[in-house]
Amino acid sequence: MKPETSLLKNTAHINALENEAIYIFREVAAQFEKPVLLFSGGKDSITLVRLAQKAFWPAKIPFPLMHIDTGHNFPETIEFRDRLVEELGLELIVRNVQDSIDQGKVKEESGRYSSRNSLQTTTLLDAIEEFKFDACIGGARRDEEKARAKERIFSVRDDFGQWDERNQRPELFDMLNGQIELGQNVRVFPISNWTELDVWSYIEKEQIEIPSIYFAHKRKVFLRDGLIWSHSEYVFQEEDEEVLERMVRFRTVGDMSCTAAVFSEATDIESVVQEIRDSTISERGARIDDKRSEAAMEKRKQQGYF
Amino acid sequence: MEVLKIATAGSVDDGKSTLIGRLLYDTKSLTIDKLEAIEKRSKKNGYDYLDFSLATDGLVAEREQGITIDVAHIYFSTATKSYIIADTPGHVEYTRNMVTGASTSQAAIILIDARKGVIEQTNRHFFINNLLRVKEVVVAINKMDLVDFSEERYSEIKSDFEELMAKRDYEDQKITFIPVSALKGDNVVNKSQNTPWYKGETLLEHLEGLDLAAVSNVGTPRFPVQYVIRPKTDEHHDFRGFAGKVYGGELSVGDEVVALPSQTRSKIKEIFFYDKKYETAARRSSVTITLEDEINLSRGDMLVKAGDLPTIEKQFTATISWMDSEKLTTGKKYVVQHGINKVLAKVDNIHHKINPDYSGIEKNVDGLGMNDIAQVTFKLNKPIFYDKFKNHRTNGSFILIDTQSNNTVGAGFVQ
Repeated sequence: MKPETSLLKNTAHINALENEAIYIFREVAAQFEKPVLLFSGGKDSITLVRLAQKAFWPAKIPFPLMHIDTGHNFPETIEFRDRLVEELGLELIVRNVQDSIDQGKVKEESGRYSSRNSLQTTTLLDAIEEFKFDACIGGARRDEEKARAKERIFSVRDDFGQWDERNQRPELFDMLNGQIELGQNVRVFPISNWTELDVWSYIEKEQIEIPSIYFAHKRKVFLRDGLIWSHSEYVFQEEDEEVLERMVRFRTVGDMSCTAAVFSEATDIESVVQEIRDSTISERGARIDDKRSEAAMEKRKQQGYF
Repeated sequence: MEVLKIATAGSVDDGKSTLIGRLLYDTKSLTIDKLEAIEKRSKKNGYDYLDFSLATDGLVAEREQGITIDVAHIYFSTATKSYIIADTPGHVEYTRNMVTGASTSQAAIILIDARKGVIEQTNRHFFINNLLRVKEVVVAINKMDLVDFSEERYSEIKSDFEELMAKRDYEDQKITFIPVSALKGDNVVNKSQNTPWYKGETLLEHLEGLDLAAVSNVGTPRFPVQYVIRPKTDEHHDFRGFAGKVYGGELSVGDEVVALPSQTRSKIKEIFFYDKKYETAARRSSVTITLEDEINLSRGDMLVKAGDLPTIEKQFTATISWMDSEKLTTGKKYVVQHGINKVLAKVDNIHHKINPDYSGIEKNVDGLGMNDIAQVTFKLNKPIFYDKFKNHRTNGSFILIDTQSNNTVGAGFVQ
């Protein structure tokens, strides 16, 4: 019975966040020529899709979704992505990191910590240029990571896609200034002010469907550096690293090689919300890409990561 | 449960980031991995205590230099409230940063270093909170551990601050003094054993007790049309909805409304939030409204209740806070963004500069530099529909955008 009380407690706050996000979506549609919603199939971008539906109903979402596919995704996520797009009648653009590798623009990492996550930036920037997108809507939240806590809701990027963290536009009241020069683009974060728990509470409240990997399931994993890694052809594994079968779930969904699992018995949304509420580890505590250095996210953002 | 937005103000090294870090730590909002990172970094920096500012200083340069460069937004919640704290930097660009942080906040925390007392910058911090009509101000007298938790010192600072309070022009503001040590945790979340003479609440107790309705500045209903929704599908062929956010008061089905600027009258037919219909749209809800009559409305127009019109003018005088290194001068043109409406504006007259330390005004100025605050008249190419800032925080404020750089270069409050 715990989830019901948790939801009731959160209702006014969640409503305020929802209304704010809808307002931001409408600003994007009104101020930009070619917006796109960056869609990974994770819970945050799924939440964005629901918010966008609400913002424009009864009209359709007036921009396409785009997935920068690392090729090393959880198959459950891709299945989910394709079903969602079909059910809602949305337009989906997919651009593949593999193509950037084949073109020699980026080099596949090798070894123990190899991941395709940071390679996404090049594919993303190429796609922005290809389609001339002037606004890219993303599901980043300020509570996720300390460099993200510094970013604006309308975050201007130069024509190299770069974030100049020391020269950001002041953002006052709730007025969003989307004026940019040709070649620049704006990264837009409608759920900036949401926390991980807010997103989960919203998914629970709205009964939004999410990929199965967010719920506890049996999976082949191995342990390294105190993190639970997926056993997969995409993830480098030493011979002495033993494969175990455990009940796990994922708190965040990215490239398989940078997303660690957590032990969990939470098989439904109510128990997931409770688990997040009780957790003493942050969401990105299980992101292997953030563990590379204290400034991993800041550096990626400077290069054009979303 | 609602969300309370708070802005902090203080000079460099007054301990703003440390105070926020302490709030997070003592409310158990810091997760183990974040705490471990703080421990590791504190050790690396050679400190013999945990440096909580590391929880909020998110940029490499900030951690290296030990200062806050740009505003960070920090989130935590208790059983009663959700909090968003804008941790604003205290150095050189304080005025513009403070205005930015305070623009979305209902409450402010002004930090004072107990060793230094009320300094010139404290005047500025208080001045900005007055200018922005922030109703709830907490004066946190910090670093009490460094003055032996002296009641005498606390009273001295409090009475100095009370002298400042006599100078403000915005009386509708509640001010609370709390002696704290952010570093040691006295009176932040937990009551301090070191200040038996202090009978008041801790900082968190005080924030928890705030009544959100009382600290918000509401005003009458204004509905700027943000986006026109015309699906043109078989199912909704004739649907023509006006999407926007309700500012001030509330709007209900059947309300007689006036569309601005045309001044055409109509009635609210339906209020939608997503696919559900509602009788009433509360303040700050992002709804879609349909009207009884087919009237022409587009983005930037506004719906208001009949008999409650704002000022409709092609010029206005405002207090502005200038935020750009390029000077503002008479005759220059800018974009005024008033809510979601954009018009072209010319600087008609800079009446005077206002010293943000209560030391008076400066007349005959020919331009404004970064962090200047001044009284300015603008002429507009099209009328806007505004209220005075003191009556309506949303419909009485605007931003200025440079037509060349597209940067947000100023914030304004209509007189």
